[in-house]
Amino acid sequence: MQISGAKLFVKALAAEGVDTVFGYPGGYAIDLFDELYKQDNAKIKLILPRHEQGLIHAADGYARSSGRTGVCLVTSGPGATNLVTGIATANYDSVPLVCFTGQVSTGLIGNDAFQEVDIIGITRNICKWGVTVHRREDLGRIIKEAFYIANTGKPGPVIIDIPKDIQTSLGPSEYPSEVNIRGYKPIENVHIGQLKKAYRMLKSAKRPLILAGGGVTRREAFEMFTKFAEQTKTPVVTTLMGRGSIPTTHSLFVGNCGMHGTYAANMAVSQCDILFSIGTRFNDRITGDLNEFAPEAKIVHIDIDTASISRNVKVDVPVVSDAFTALSKLTEWAEGDAEKLEHIEGREEWIDKIQSWNQENPLEMKVENGVSPQAVIEAINQSYDHYQVVTDVGQNQMWTYQFLQMDENRRLITSGGLGTMGYGLPGAIGAKLANPEENIISVNGDGGIQMNIQELATAVIEGLPITVCIFNNGYLGMVRQMQHLFYGKRYSATCLTKRRSCPEDCKGPGEQCPAYTPDFVKLAESYECRGIRVTKNEEILPALKAAREETKVPTIIEFMIPYGELVLPMVKGGNPMSEMILKAKK
Amino acid sequence: MKKRWIALYVENQVGVLSKISGLFSAKSYNLVSLTVGTTEDVTVSRMTICVSSDDITFEQIKKQLNRMVEVIKVIDLTEVPIHMKELMYIKVWAEKQEKKNQLFQIAQVFGVNVCDYSNDHVILECTLTEHRNDDLVALLKKNFKKIEVVRGGTVAVESVSTFCR
Repeated sequence: MQISGAKLFVKALAAEGVDTVFGYPGGYAIDLFDELYKQDNAKIKLILPRHEQGLIHAADGYARSSGRTGVCLVTSGPGATNLVTGIATANYDSVPLVCFTGQVSTGLIGNDAFQEVDIIGITRNICKWGVTVHRREDLGRIIKEAFYIANTGKPGPVIIDIPKDIQTSLGPSEYPSEVNIRGYKPIENVHIGQLKKAYRMLKSAKRPLILAGGGVTRREAFEMFTKFAEQTKTPVVTTLMGRGSIPTTHSLFVGNCGMHGTYAANMAVSQCDILFSIGTRFNDRITGDLNEFAPEAKIVHIDIDTASISRNVKVDVPVVSDAFTALSKLTEWAEGDAEKLEHIEGREEWIDKIQSWNQENPLEMKVENGVSPQAVIEAINQSYDHYQVVTDVGQNQMWTYQFLQMDENRRLITSGGLGTMGYGLPGAIGAKLANPEENIISVNGDGGIQMNIQELATAVIEGLPITVCIFNNGYLGMVRQMQHLFYGKRYSATCLTKRRSCPEDCKGPGEQCPAYTPDFVKLAESYECRGIRVTKNEEILPALKAAREETKVPTIIEFMIPYGELVLPMVKGGNPMSEMILKAKK
Repeated sequence: MKKRWIALYVENQVGVLSKISGLFSAKSYNLVSLTVGTTEDVTVSRMTICVSSDDITFEQIKKQLNRMVEVIKVIDLTEVPIHMKELMYIKVWAEKQEKKNQLFQIAQVFGVNVCDYSNDHVILECTLTEHRNDDLVALLKKNFKKIEVVRGGTVAVESVSTFCR
């Protein structure tokens, strides 16, 4: 029997177990939407966000929250180009997405037809794979391959561009059950010899340190990872994406390393003799000046992506493997060595030294007037025993990174690699759709929240009681912070309160400033959300309690943060990690 | 920085060439030449790529190529015995007989064909190594007032009997 491409599309989604599609219709995707409308007993739920960028971030949040592949469906031209930022975001953080874009009919491609863009060409360098379907008979195979590629190996976004005539024309009804792509064979095992070598080095080290990246959290290897650190008595530092690999309250957890890492973590990296890294690509935000990075250490690098190994830092023992596979072997060996490891010597001294660094310069914030960001995050820690916190990008993200307690049940979802403002709200919507029972808290700045604020409507119509925290300091705070520290306090284009009527020689915020726009509490109300403004520390817990008790609509809590607060410690971009700015001159 | 060669088997599909060349521009790799053609299997194309890079970058290039879905196989030709030639046409402006005679002598020494001839032009057809082609171009530039060079990029195949390059 022959069926239309659109019908096969729906059949394929069902076969892949897709329960949610994030879609925004248009002229060249209308046939696909029509088939979703016609499906029997509507197994696939269609979510209609208010903008395609919000749409793809929601699919991304859904995927990160659940581990399943997020599915986007948009029309050609602007529908497709609005996905671009979200595709790059997912690509950087290895999030499995399959994005379907409508396209003009094959006969019109290349004619500058209405709403025609070459989305495959545009996204070539920011996705794992992308293809335009030129023949109806290839459609089933291509969709099958897309889902396989997106969620195997190092996961990532895949784009399938389907011309209008492919959607409507008849062709085979079969959806393949297997894939065979000769150029794509994801690595599923690990080179035992290399891993053994790495393990032996760790055992014999005097000042070992484990660095955990997003590979550990993505593969949900929490339990094994923690066990391995305990078995080998090795202290742990994490990247932004790796935080929570070991519970943040664990005695072996030193802190985050990198640009906004703790003093102890960065000192530990600078002085360790073995840096045993798992699932990180040694991004510049982690390494700073490469010549000064872990100068005394031999480096072990376990990563699924061969291209990440020995790219940024010179690696002594490279191991190509995903975190889960490597850790199953490592914990198994350590189990066998339990007795020897029990009597391992010299580690206490090293751990004591790290602890003394932590006491010397602990992570803390002192805020004199107004609401302290640290107090907000700590109130979240106290208020819930399980959650997924979805952040935006900037100071709000870094404060969350620094102070949020994390473990297997308390997770962070954040745009780490690309640093995409506007992720926080739609990402949280996706997470809540994937995990309706979970406490989903979105942490944003007043800048980033406005980039996708229209998605409040999506949260309301879907009845998602998420908690949306807005840290309002009236500034694009992270850029302001850099201007404050490194650009002679020239606050170019970072004040969000500034109006045309403001004096040119503004001396900083005060009584004379115009009102902030929008009024987030009124905005919440106009969206039928709950709006709460918090101006004092003692109002934080009651506000979170009210949000937690809300069961139908989002609660927006606007925290009035003092404008001058900085994220510290900070290492200036390109400087060695040992050169931390610990205290700020006001 | 030195020159290195890669043979690349890729899916013979729309957009693959663009994806490969796009990698070089996106990552600022220095591409010297790229040739592409289908193989005995029409679904597979083979590219011969010449890059100029340091050791670390070259390793990275191979890894980046390898992780592409459309890339079937990456072969590093830098250190293996190969046969390698580049096709090149040179149109030389030569009106006087004495200049033409000089050109024929050069062609004979370099072992290239004279494939076309008119009153004021001669076309040479050269299938030499890239270096030898470079030498010929340099020589003709010095000796003739005007030349036009059309180079095709290098193609290479692993040798079956010799062990030297």
